[in-house]
Amino acid sequence: MNRIDQRFSELKQQGRKALIPYITAGDPAPQYTVGFMHALVEAGADIIELGVPFSDPMADGPVIQKACERALKQGTRLVDLLDMVAEFRQTDTTTPVVLMGYLNPIERIGYETFADKAASVGVDGVLTVDMPPEEADVFGPLLKARDLAAIFLVAPTTSHARAATICAHGEGYLYYVSLKGVTGAATLNADDVAEHLAPLRGMTDLPLCVGFGIRDGATAAEVAKVADGVIVGSALVNRIAESADAPDTIADQLKHVLGDMRKAMDA
Amino acid sequence: MTVSATGASETVSKTRFSELTKMPDARGHFGPYGGRFVSETLSFALEELEQTYLSLRDDPDFQAEFDRDLAHFVGRPSPLYHAQRWSQALGGAQIWLKREDLNHTGAHKVNNTIGQALLAKKTGKPRVIAETGAGQHGVATATVAARLGLECDVYMGAADVERQKLNVYRMRLLGARVIPVESGTRTLKDAMNEALRDWVTNVDNTFYIIGTVAGPHPYPQLVRDFNAVVGREARRQSLEQIGRLPDALVACVGGGSNAIGLFYPFVEDDDVAMYGVEAGGDGIETGRHAAPLSSNAPRGVLHGNRTYLMSDEAGQVSDTHSISAGLDYPGVGPEHALWKDVGRVNYVAANDQDVLVAFRELTHMEGIMPALETAHALAYAKVLAPTMRADQHIVINLSGRGDKDIMTVAKIDGIEF
Repeated sequence: MNRIDQRFSELKQQGRKALIPYITAGDPAPQYTVGFMHALVEAGADIIELGVPFSDPMADGPVIQKACERALKQGTRLVDLLDMVAEFRQTDTTTPVVLMGYLNPIERIGYETFADKAASVGVDGVLTVDMPPEEADVFGPLLKARDLAAIFLVAPTTSHARAATICAHGEGYLYYVSLKGVTGAATLNADDVAEHLAPLRGMTDLPLCVGFGIRDGATAAEVAKVADGVIVGSALVNRIAESADAPDTIADQLKHVLGDMRKAMDA
Repeated sequence: MTVSATGASETVSKTRFSELTKMPDARGHFGPYGGRFVSETLSFALEELEQTYLSLRDDPDFQAEFDRDLAHFVGRPSPLYHAQRWSQALGGAQIWLKREDLNHTGAHKVNNTIGQALLAKKTGKPRVIAETGAGQHGVATATVAARLGLECDVYMGAADVERQKLNVYRMRLLGARVIPVESGTRTLKDAMNEALRDWVTNVDNTFYIIGTVAGPHPYPQLVRDFNAVVGREARRQSLEQIGRLPDALVACVGGGSNAIGLFYPFVEDDDVAMYGVEAGGDGIETGRHAAPLSSNAPRGVLHGNRTYLMSDEAGQVSDTHSISAGLDYPGVGPEHALWKDVGRVNYVAANDQDVLVAFRELTHMEGIMPALETAHALAYAKVLAPTMRADQHIVINLSGRGDKDIMTVAKIDGIEF
């Protein structure tokens, strides 16, 4: 069983919701990323989304754009991310890792080569922001054949018909984008989210996780009431940005921010 | 390679390239290129746009309104002008200029913005946004927005805001807000990123008027269709004025909208050779250029479509360089990518230096000052014409006028205003 499915089934038994932090790999420099991943797990992360830095992150707001710029300035490449996951797996064999980013770095390596390498280092899922299921007819099956989950987004603007298609192709979990806009944009409205999640429940058994607009323990707890998982990105990446010149202090800060969310969600 | 066409191929191919007229397929693919690679939030808006466009494309009322606007607001048809003096000087083929520079707002860009503004009006969205490089598309968008009373925001790379001040002010006079983009390379690709971010946020009330034949489906198709008026006129005018079809067509290619506009109606005319001229910058061999097709860049995905895309080994999009802001883009429209692969169009590059020479030469010899983008096509015509006979004919898309570039050229001449 894929680690993501395993994790959600454990959480279900425990009656808990998933806490899913996102950080951009290589930010502020590649040597810190694996340490941050372990720190996030210590603070209560159930799954880690590891961002693949890209030169043109069209769906991201300024916070993650700048994280990409910092990581790219340090020369972080997709192949380096795969090495980071391999290193992380030396001591953590249970926490699922999802790579999240844009298609072009994967296209450049080649779908098959990438899927082979990702599976061999212990990646569990791949979320490609600019590849909807309609364009995943080649890549999707290659992931599936290696037990890698192809994770897709659902947005407030997604029609009923499209949602059904996405549910049919999605694996691991559905990433519900709570806001129209880019990452880090605004604060979400939990009632609005609940309203959009309800019809999805009728279409799929996949866990429904919500991202975009979760800033603190209060919003995380609110979303956890209606969703199966809470994804937090910009709030963490902001901390990395603020302390980019004191990188040794970052792991503790990440633990603090994520720990608050964990507490609020489990309360 | 073989080209897969939409539906059953019940029609017998008229010529070698007839299949190309059936592109794109139902999902917006041009062979292996094109498509709709966007984040989920935009999928709905693109489906809606596709439906709106497909329902209006063959609607006689919509076409009549489009044609009326092109005639009375843009000033079409644009002339096909025989550049006799320049032809004689080059000592080969006869050169004909399709005078898109004489359009209202001074470039071919307005053909498309008129069409998309009519679509915006049909969808009832009160706000339009655009990306722009040289500012021609921004001006054309601001112009139609002013005419229709739509709110208009134009994203422009901060580097381009500096080198195209005149167009920035024109847009402001027209009532548009020009938003300088400071991220990335501060040029056209970054302007497009920012416009996409705006659209994803304001998709409910905003229509995104894309200025070139790139972007997610259906943009490459509809921008092509709106610009194809250029080639339809040029074909008719060639028959009238030359007495036959031309031997070659030449147009500059950044995203590729003016080239598609001229080429598309000639696609099935096997005997008409086509040359798309990319921005060679300091020279392909220096790596400082914006010529993904002629440099044989790898395939990649950016701004919603798969195409030839200048990127490094890790898949990061490369910095580009060109003297002309309008061609300074690392990708190219997906239909051009297909046309390269099947050999329908020859893609070549012209360097900055040769472009400036061509700019000055046409200005001196014909009294027509071309845009620096357009001067790329002229620079290649200078190479091509002498290899042809005097009874052969080249049609060049004179896609825009050069007023906006006077500051750039003056600076090179050491003149400050």
